[in-house]
Amino acid sequence: MPIKLIRFFLFLLCAPSFAGVTIQHWTTSQGARVYFVENHDIPMLDVAVDFPAGSRFDRPETNGLARLTHAMLDQGAGGLNDIQIAQKFADVGALLGGTFDRDRAGVSLRTLSSRQEREASLSLFMTILHKPEFPQSVMQRERARIIAGLREEESRPDEVADKAFYQALYGSQGYGLPESGTAGSLLKLKRDDLRAWYKNRYRAGDAVIALIGDISRGEAEQLAAQISAGLPPGTARQEASSPRAPGASTEKRISHPSTQSHVLMGMIGMARSDPDYFPLYVGNHILGGGGFDSRMLGEVRQKRGYAYSAYSYFLPMAQPGPLLIGLQTKNSQADDALKVARETVSAFVAEGPTEAELTQAKNNLVGGFPLRIDSNKEVLDYLRAIGFYLLPLSYLDDWVKNVEAVTLVQIREAFKRRVDPAKLSVVIVGGNTK
Amino acid sequence: MQLVKALLLMGISAPALATITDVTLDNGLRVIIKEDHRAPVAVSQLWYKAGSMDEFNGTTGVAHVLEHMMFKGTAKVPDGQFSKLVAAAGGRENAFTNRDTTVYFQQLQKDKLPVSFELEADRMANLQLKDEAFAKEIQVVMEERRMRTEDNPHSIVYEQLMSVAYQAHPYRRPIIGWMDDLENMSPQDARDWYSRWYAPNNATLVVAGDVKPDEIISLVKKEFGPIAKKTLPSRKPQDEPAPRGEKRITVKAPGKLPFILMAWHVPGLRDPDKDSQPWALQILGGVLDGNDSARLKKSLVKEKRIAVEAGASYDGLNRGPGMFYMEGTPAEGKKVADLEKALKAELNRIASEGVSEAELNRVKAQVIAADVYQRDSIFYQAMQLGELAVLGLPLDLLNTRVEKLKLVTAEQVREAAKLLSDDRLSIAVLDPQPLDAAPRKSTVTGMRHAN
Repeated sequence: MPIKLIRFFLFLLCAPSFAGVTIQHWTTSQGARVYFVENHDIPMLDVAVDFPAGSRFDRPETNGLARLTHAMLDQGAGGLNDIQIAQKFADVGALLGGTFDRDRAGVSLRTLSSRQEREASLSLFMTILHKPEFPQSVMQRERARIIAGLREEESRPDEVADKAFYQALYGSQGYGLPESGTAGSLLKLKRDDLRAWYKNRYRAGDAVIALIGDISRGEAEQLAAQISAGLPPGTARQEASSPRAPGASTEKRISHPSTQSHVLMGMIGMARSDPDYFPLYVGNHILGGGGFDSRMLGEVRQKRGYAYSAYSYFLPMAQPGPLLIGLQTKNSQADDALKVARETVSAFVAEGPTEAELTQAKNNLVGGFPLRIDSNKEVLDYLRAIGFYLLPLSYLDDWVKNVEAVTLVQIREAFKRRVDPAKLSVVIVGGNTK
Repeated sequence: MQLVKALLLMGISAPALATITDVTLDNGLRVIIKEDHRAPVAVSQLWYKAGSMDEFNGTTGVAHVLEHMMFKGTAKVPDGQFSKLVAAAGGRENAFTNRDTTVYFQQLQKDKLPVSFELEADRMANLQLKDEAFAKEIQVVMEERRMRTEDNPHSIVYEQLMSVAYQAHPYRRPIIGWMDDLENMSPQDARDWYSRWYAPNNATLVVAGDVKPDEIISLVKKEFGPIAKKTLPSRKPQDEPAPRGEKRITVKAPGKLPFILMAWHVPGLRDPDKDSQPWALQILGGVLDGNDSARLKKSLVKEKRIAVEAGASYDGLNRGPGMFYMEGTPAEGKKVADLEKALKAELNRIASEGVSEAELNRVKAQVIAADVYQRDSIFYQAMQLGELAVLGLPLDLLNTRVEKLKLVTAEQVREAAKLLSDDRLSIAVLDPQPLDAAPRKSTVTGMRHAN
């Protein structure tokens, strides 16, 4: 314990010029959580608004509703059609962005902070957040485009493997549902479904508003108040369903005319709120998250030349997300590579990392921390995650300390508790050469 | 032209340029430093002017293979240690190879930059290139080719189209190399490449971030200064003969949706002051596909619904020739031929009717804004400087390019569209083959339990 304290102290001494990120936080009168970093280095502003409206809230029979609703927000709103909206953003050089995953649906804006450009783009940004119209004909077009995208994904072994992997772990609900739905379920959707989804899931009381850039606290407060006031009020009903417990291991092979087999292996891992977050995160850096520093890439690529990429990661989400181990190799080698990946996981869980590995991982993570927050874009992403997953406001300030505090014993015990090598599910997509 | 010069001078005196330092060591290594003090970090990029365009037939892909081998050890820093040392310093590192260059980079806290310089200087001169390491790494590169190209229909289309569009110029060869060349590559091929091109006088070091230029220069002198310059081979122009009519190919690959890729031979940027076509072509790309309301999205995707995706871009900042691209995926029920006609019709419409002031201003607004937004990334800023250096273009183009683009007129955009004639065009169409028709034994086996 004293040793750790000294090392942390040394780190502080080594980096005296490093100033952290000052996050200002408040809640609007409608209940939206706001996270603001004032930064005048560049005359621009980033704003993002996120809602718990990702694909895990879809029902299986209308899977794709969450995604299609999100895709339609800027395709007609407040009396403006899709083209007018795009033109008006472009006229002032503003960039509209959308993020969508299993938990979250979000909209973001990057704009110049000069008054004229900022006011024009923010007003339009609020129009699409507050008054989306979901025009029938445009909905049909966007749905057809999503379906075309799904068909395209069938030709890509990595996409096929990804879908099969989530289904193997979570079944046909929640995180097991494909993010964009299926052609069959998308075709069932009606315009009213989208309107109802918007009203139910894009609510002020659930919204997370993140802001960074060239505005004052007063301006940020006013902006957040405006964004929040125009959203449907209240909070969405919280879904109770949680992922099933890790079941028996499965192995699924899907034939595909690819020259490589894409191998995915894993099990249900951890939620964002997991008390083992840091031991698992640091441990995984050693197992397969740290690139050339990791065991997975070392065994699969460096020692054997089996694959270009081999990795592992935990994807912590609102509910327990997966531990995912992946590689891709020529078809004739798939089983050998899978065996190596399996043995690598088993050995890591059985023995844990070495002291040298842990030191190396900490040096990389701690020393590399400033690189994680050296741009507004990256800080914005942290603000969004802190807000959405209700992480402590001191998350960034404590990050280095939390990594430093992780011990060998903690990693070994956390992996033993959470990762059962005998219960890993496997998906292999590629040419079956057996 | 008067106006151009006036604005250029303004550009040179712009404050941003004051933060760029540009010096060349006695051994020929060029060092470019861009100060940006927003965060206590820095990026170091070492650019070698040696890319796939410098390769010969039979050893295509060797530039990229050597890039992989650069991590495989010197006498001082054995195999695997390069990445370990950078990681231990809290750094991120990687490398990439393209047609014109090979680039190695590290991102670190600013006080760790010496680690980067020491390691890069060491492997500039002392790479071992052992047979055993090569034998393993060439397998990794072949896996990379399978992943990026063989199993990606759009990549195959691009690779095939380039091999037809160019007849003489080495841009006809894929960066990653033909599979047969990779299978037959020897360690000696990599050694030859290394000894031919890896020299201080064929490299530019770009450092950007929270740094003091004089400190950087003395560090760089200490590490790189002792490396001797080499006599570099002469580079042949290998100019492409004038195109003599449209070329067209069909590409068959497993897939679900057809796809069309069109490529026109156009001039690249050579003399930023005298050339006007490249700036107009850049704006033309923006008019067609610069934002969500640009012509291709508006007309072909949103209004006519001929395509689910459509795009255009100008690729004119290269050592080799320029190219203008259009591409698209037809909507359900539409044929590739319909989409091809529609894409050409959009060009013809601009060639005959020109573009509106509103459209032009919209594209320019994006250029101006993007110039502000890019300041959020020191890595990107370093990338731009490295590119200009390798191309032998003046670094102040970083500042003047926005003014150049702002000066482009509607008439110049119309002329640029006219340039894209059928005689300069090469077209590739993806003919998707059934996913289940591959000649193999087994099909889906369903779920089964392991262990």
